[in-house]
Amino acid sequence: MQETLRIRTADAEVVERPDFVEKARRTWRSPELSRGLSLTIRSLRKSFGDNEVLRGIDLHIPAGQFVAIVGQSGCGKSTLLRLIAGLEAATAGTISFGEEVRAADIRVMFQEPRLLPWARVLGNVEVGLGRERNSPDAQARAAKALDEVGLGDKRGQWPATLSGGQKQRVALARALVSHPRVLALDEPLGALDALTRISMQQLLEQVWRDQSFTAILVTHDVAEAVALADRVLVIDDGQIAHDVDIAIPRPRRRGSADLAALEGSILRHLLKSSDDPPV
Amino acid sequence: MSLTESLPRVQKLRLPRADGLIPWIVPLAIILIWQAASVTGFVPARVLPAPSDVAVAGWKLLLSGELARNIWVSFWRASVGFLIGGSIGFSFGLANGLSQLSAKLTDTTLQMVRNIPHLALIPLVILWFGIDESAKLFLVALGVFFPIYLNTLHGIRTVDPQLIEMGRIYGMTDGELFRRVIFPGALPSIFVGLRFALGIMWLTLIVAETIAASSGLGYMAMQAREFMLIDVVVLSILIYALLGKLADSASRALERLTLSWHPAFQKH
Repeated sequence: MQETLRIRTADAEVVERPDFVEKARRTWRSPELSRGLSLTIRSLRKSFGDNEVLRGIDLHIPAGQFVAIVGQSGCGKSTLLRLIAGLEAATAGTISFGEEVRAADIRVMFQEPRLLPWARVLGNVEVGLGRERNSPDAQARAAKALDEVGLGDKRGQWPATLSGGQKQRVALARALVSHPRVLALDEPLGALDALTRISMQQLLEQVWRDQSFTAILVTHDVAEAVALADRVLVIDDGQIAHDVDIAIPRPRRRGSADLAALEGSILRHLLKSSDDPPV
Repeated sequence: MSLTESLPRVQKLRLPRADGLIPWIVPLAIILIWQAASVTGFVPARVLPAPSDVAVAGWKLLLSGELARNIWVSFWRASVGFLIGGSIGFSFGLANGLSQLSAKLTDTTLQMVRNIPHLALIPLVILWFGIDESAKLFLVALGVFFPIYLNTLHGIRTVDPQLIEMGRIYGMTDGELFRRVIFPGALPSIFVGLRFALGIMWLTLIVAETIAASSGLGYMAMQAREFMLIDVVVLSILIYALLGKLADSASRALERLTLSWHPAFQKH
């Protein structure tokens, strides 16, 4: 608790800042245009029984940064995301946000759309308003969020009639309708076909630029991570093995040489870590 | 061009009307064959009276008011017994589905009681209640209790935990979570229980009325047997079939109404 408070003051007054926070802030190019939340993680550990999944994570994410987390299956990347989103409690360590956090400030998108099959599309988006879903303008806000993901004409449909990509768009609208300041994405495009993936990636990048929240994307697709993120974290065996700055200006061209080079080097990191397992 | 485009549409428009009639082709054919067999003397009237004779018997009973009275009595017993047993079963299903403590406390007991055929209790029930209304209501309620209980419990237990987690993330209170996620998720299974229960409801009632009653359809059939009125016996049996079908159609209509979101109920 004490630790949490200290970090919060440190963020505001620039005192007692650990190295990793300093470095993350220095490399972040556009801190000024964000309404997202910054977050600082210190010595974070998580165990399930005897199995230690996260073994001490230190991480600072500046407000508005798009961070991708990649790693082998079972490396702990999804657990890290669930801890950030508050879906699980840490075994040790702290996660603190730069400012006071309301429940609607952090939203999660999963690999499955998790729509209520018995609610119409618009009703599903209204769920995203949380406590404010009974306010008089709830419907209008939900309709606006649906328009933003390009599904304004589907508002009266049942989810069962939508395609996989459309369902995920509805889930995105539901996550964004409350204008969150952190969006946590747990392989949200993992189950989509290649073309739908690309158009969803473009949509994600676009809403992130429009609404300027802090985005944390867990994925096992390195090309996706490099195309979308400002920074890619490689997690191996419960620790951050590499922290790669993606200094390629947007809009990025898919398949360009510099993206491919970065993708190759991150893939090599990933493969190397799987070749010689830690003792 | 316009002709070929309009052709399939015409066919689609015609189909639903024919769809409504198709299920009745088989029963109608059976009645026709039955009538023919009776008229030609292939089936003697003392084994099975002709459908026309059954209809005449039905008409006579209808005029005397006896038929309507007996149907009404049976219908009343069925629905009151169903409401009592169904609501108790539903409550236990909810309680045990939502609370671990409640499930630990009562589920084992209920599972033991479930394995007693409820009709085996008839002698005991007659000793307790005589041939009073309460005897029939007790048996019907006991019969419908278990399918409703089991399917409500199963429905609640199998609601997608990912949806429940989603509801919690988006700040639903326990009440909202139940109303918007758990109950609608359990509803398809609850309907399965409902339809099972409706079948058991008629079965129990007819057996109970046949053994211990002084009114109702089962009693009417037993009386007719005493006087060798085989047409009335057949009439009673046909009425059971119709009432069973009616109950099933009612539950299906309710299902269509409340489960319109379900892919199985969407027409395109």
